[in-house]
Amino acid sequence: MALIATLDTGFGAWNPVIWIVTMMVALVIAWLIRSRGESVQPPGTEAGKPYLSGNDIPYPEETHVAASNLYWGFTDAMKRYYGRAVPLHTGILTDYVLWYIGVLALAIIMAGVL
Amino acid sequence: MIGEFWSINAPALLIAIPMLGAFATPLLGKMGKTPRNLWILLITALTFATSALLAAEVYTTGPVIYTFGAVDPAVALVSDSGGIPVRIIFNVDAMSAFMALMASVVGLVAGIYSLPSGKMKSGRDGYFSLLLLLLVGILGMVCTGDLFNFFVFLEISSLAGAALVAYRIDKGVAVEAGLKYAFLSSLAGLIFLYAVALLYGQYDSLNIAVIAERMQFGFLDKVALALFLTGLAMKAGAVPMHFWMPDTYSMAPSAITAFLVVSSQASLYGVFRIAFTLYGLRLNYVTVGWFIIILGVLSMLVGVSMAILQENVKRLMAYHSISQTGYMLLGVGVGLAVLGDPAMMESFGLTAMEGGLFHLVNNAMYKGLLFLTAGAIFFRAGTHNLNKLGGLGHSMKLTMLFFIIGALAIAGIPPFNGFSSKLMIYESVFAFNPLLAIIAMVVSILTLASFVKVFHAIFMGPKRGEYAGVNEVPVPMLAAMGILALLTVLMGIFPQQFVDLMIRPAAGALVNQGSYIASVMGGL
Repeated sequence: MALIATLDTGFGAWNPVIWIVTMMVALVIAWLIRSRGESVQPPGTEAGKPYLSGNDIPYPEETHVAASNLYWGFTDAMKRYYGRAVPLHTGILTDYVLWYIGVLALAIIMAGVL
Repeated sequence: MIGEFWSINAPALLIAIPMLGAFATPLLGKMGKTPRNLWILLITALTFATSALLAAEVYTTGPVIYTFGAVDPAVALVSDSGGIPVRIIFNVDAMSAFMALMASVVGLVAGIYSLPSGKMKSGRDGYFSLLLLLLVGILGMVCTGDLFNFFVFLEISSLAGAALVAYRIDKGVAVEAGLKYAFLSSLAGLIFLYAVALLYGQYDSLNIAVIAERMQFGFLDKVALALFLTGLAMKAGAVPMHFWMPDTYSMAPSAITAFLVVSSQASLYGVFRIAFTLYGLRLNYVTVGWFIIILGVLSMLVGVSMAILQENVKRLMAYHSISQTGYMLLGVGVGLAVLGDPAMMESFGLTAMEGGLFHLVNNAMYKGLLFLTAGAIFFRAGTHNLNKLGGLGHSMKLTMLFFIIGALAIAGIPPFNGFSSKLMIYESVFAFNPLLAIIAMVVSILTLASFVKVFHAIFMGPKRGEYAGVNEVPVPMLAAMGILALLTVLMGIFPQQFVDLMIRPAAGALVNQGSYIASVMGGL
């Protein structure tokens, strides 16, 4: 089973079955370590509760982070790129055709016509 | 008797079955939904069985030639033809068989998924007819050995695709998206036709093998090459000709979007077929290879970076389609750039091509799966807006599982199929140019980041009041997603089997121009 699953990449090999078995062993070890901690956890204390720098935990309905709130740091760091890339996506059909003509001109040059 | 007839005429039946299915669907629709739905299942299953039969024959005995109208369809050069193939020929080699099999699998899945997903919509007979015509167009493109015939099938797929994109006519933007798709596809088709005319004027033939044999790579051939490559690359969604793709993919019904991915890949097949089989070593393969590589790198970077910004899940996935196309262009472009150097081809060029082609079929599976999960979300929640979604993991557990499989596969996380093909691309492209491999890896990381966002936005968090009544989608939709998820997992766990069975012969068929010519002109 393990042998037939080995992918020869030309430079090395990749065996998903061995990877899966390794991951399962790692998960079992992680589960065993966690269960040892759980067994000595005194019930009814706050040790198992989430901790938010001493602030009250909000209601679950208020905790969902919307998609637009994610990766703002990345997009902010890349704002010079996005400032140019996003406006190019105008949604206007004639702009799309212009881009095609530009690429065609480049392709004609690269193909050796000119 | 029937088996023999089916086997001999498999290339023709591959087109005839879905075409018959398309035109008979409105009649079956008059009899009621159940007969029509059973008809769709029968036709897509028969098409898949025919493509599997054809692929088995190609992988065991070599390329299959089918000459339409000839007494013996297996003979391309009939006695009264003057030594040239005058009839329309289907030349199904390992590359064509691989593409046809992939298209018919996704066609079957799209058919199953569509049965319940649009049950509240009108015009279902037309929808299914167009779906089958789209399948006809794709299968014809990947099987034909005739350039004009390729154009005809390109037009069939374009027109059927445009009508399907605009299917939800209650939304004006869907019609606008369909119009954009129709216009740009027609433009690509006409550009392609003009290039065909240039070659026909010089070589007196429309047959790919004949033109490949006579190819001189003169001035007009170079013009035709530029027209072919750019027209088909635009249909494939390569940057910077990708702008139509998010507009179109986001508005089409999800089963159609999953199938449009395959339609775009059929255009990518056209790029590869033109470069390797029609022109081969006669073109300036280093320059053209780099042209394809540059398109690939731009597609990867622009696609993934634009995806991260999106708040509409289908637009986000559409940008990822562009990004994934970049991997295929990169892998096969590297193969083309070293085509004339046997040592480099042996060392890494062929592996890069195999990686690119393996990624092509992997993308059809996991990207199709992701679009279907987006459709399932829309089916129940009624929105594609990531900011309005949340907590659906509580009520749509199977859809969430399928999404996780698709998302991990597209991000190249082991043990799913995307990892195997990306690994082949990384290693071989690294040997060609390390910077390109590093860019490919960075794009994978950004892809993972993007899908973590989608997963969190749709499935994580507490249950939301507006989705309190949401439950899992109907069984046929789950079954369709399940088929693609299963293939995604199996192709990830047994990658070598898929590479040995389908990918390596397909890459070999592309590289071996002489074999393609000989299969038509004789001497094989």
